[in-house]
Amino acid sequence: MDAIQRSLLEQVAGLHEIPAGAYNIRADGQLAGRNSTAHIDIVSKEDRSGIDIHIKPGTKSESVHIPVVLSQSGLKESVYNDFYIGEDCDITIVAGCGIHNGGNAASEHSGIHRFFVGANTRVKYIEKHYGSGDGNGERIMNPTTEIELASGAFLEMETVQIKGIDSTKRVTRAKVAQDASLVIREKIMTHGKQYAETDFMVEMTGDGSGVNLISRSVAREHSRQLFRSRIIGDSRCQGHSECDAIIMDSASVSAIPELTANDIDANLIHEAAIGKIAGEQLIKLMTLGLTEKEAEEEIVNGFLK
Amino acid sequence: MLELKNICFSAEDNNQEIEILNDVSVKIEERFVAVTGPNGSGKSTLAKIVAGILKPTSGRILLDGEDITDLSITERANRGISFAFQQPVRFKGITVKDLLSIAAGKDATIAEICEMLSQVGLCAKDYVNREVNASLSGGELKRIEIAMIMARGTKISIFDEPEAGIDLWSFQNLIRVFEKMYAATNGSILIISHQERILNIADKIILLADGAIKQVGTKEEIMPALLGTGQPCKTLTDKL
Repeated sequence: MDAIQRSLLEQVAGLHEIPAGAYNIRADGQLAGRNSTAHIDIVSKEDRSGIDIHIKPGTKSESVHIPVVLSQSGLKESVYNDFYIGEDCDITIVAGCGIHNGGNAASEHSGIHRFFVGANTRVKYIEKHYGSGDGNGERIMNPTTEIELASGAFLEMETVQIKGIDSTKRVTRAKVAQDASLVIREKIMTHGKQYAETDFMVEMTGDGSGVNLISRSVAREHSRQLFRSRIIGDSRCQGHSECDAIIMDSASVSAIPELTANDIDANLIHEAAIGKIAGEQLIKLMTLGLTEKEAEEEIVNGFLK
Repeated sequence: MLELKNICFSAEDNNQEIEILNDVSVKIEERFVAVTGPNGSGKSTLAKIVAGILKPTSGRILLDGEDITDLSITERANRGISFAFQQPVRFKGITVKDLLSIAAGKDATIAEICEMLSQVGLCAKDYVNREVNASLSGGELKRIEIAMIMARGTKISIFDEPEAGIDLWSFQNLIRVFEKMYAATNGSILIISHQERILNIADKIILLADGAIKQVGTKEEIMPALLGTGQPCKTLTDKL
């Protein structure tokens, strides 16, 4: 790997060196490193680009890193990664994609991640997206996440996109069985002429299931954002989604919530708020000695922290 | 020393010019100066004009002889003016530690935060990483607001009705905070208040009415007049 790829890797996975535990590093469409462990087996797919990750039942306190970096301008790829996670596991999965585009052709990465999570397993899934490079070529990322939680399973997903992605459509689909629960925290900041679309659809099929979707975003300059969330309750369940956006400059933000209850004991809530930074927040920080610009940065950083 | 010279402020309401402050001139050089007066007399407007949040229609503001009338909020803050809001502002995601660090002008350590919060009767371990959002009560926010002003330790500290919106129990502690602040300050505290116990600490009281200064003097001079005007009627005194 070269210096640009290593820098991208650090941004998306926080990795300086080869990670401990299982990993699969993909650079410019090629395998750049892989390690399976006694409990976690990573194998390439036969029929298309991507990997299967098999995690044995009972695997505790282990991690899997599967970062992707692209530094070749004009590269377009779709990658299919499937996670088969056994029962009673407790694991952390770190995925992420960094694109450096120094050329004029669009670079595009579409990652399709599927999670089949066994009963009573806990998963923490962290996903980061980052773009850099001074070329005119667009940096496009379209992550799709499909999650199936078996009874009693818990998955917490953190997804962050703070810089440099020109266009993104983020699709998340999930099915949540009895007593299982799903938490998704999304943080997005767009600027320039960027466009970001989020599309969540979660179906709660079993009694005692729950979902909590939390999205915080900041749209600056001429960027546009669309947030769509659909929660379907087919059983006795708790669903909550929250979209909180700060709009700045000439940006545009839409929030489209949809709740469907198919059971009398489905309890579903949606909250959405879009607004500019409150004037009194700026004034308060200015009375503490910050300039208006510094106050704005402080408020935005706190909001996305 | 803070000096206000012929401060006038008017605002427009329904195309009508409304005069809120009319020719207010006063010097603030004592350790503890209280501004009191009926609601709508222009007290908060006066405080906001000193902090730079509102610009006077006419008149000048001098800080240690320097004319600061045309300086921004930030410039005045850096010259040594602090302002505690009557209604503290909430921030999503910004923690108590973040705000106190900004106020102190450095990345404050846990020990320093603990010192700042204990002065206003809060225990750091319960608050240091709390977000300054709607999960905090009015009384808690008010104390954090005061802690920020104390952390800055500037020449002029302005408090706009610190007693507003807090319960009686917190108020007792608040008085103690101000008594301690009186003993410790190296500058001037300018406090807007209706509370007799706060006015009692003051070296000087400014009485505002209808946007003008009605009287300036020591508490011995001002308090009898203030209490005299508020005599309860016979129906009430009979029951007391």
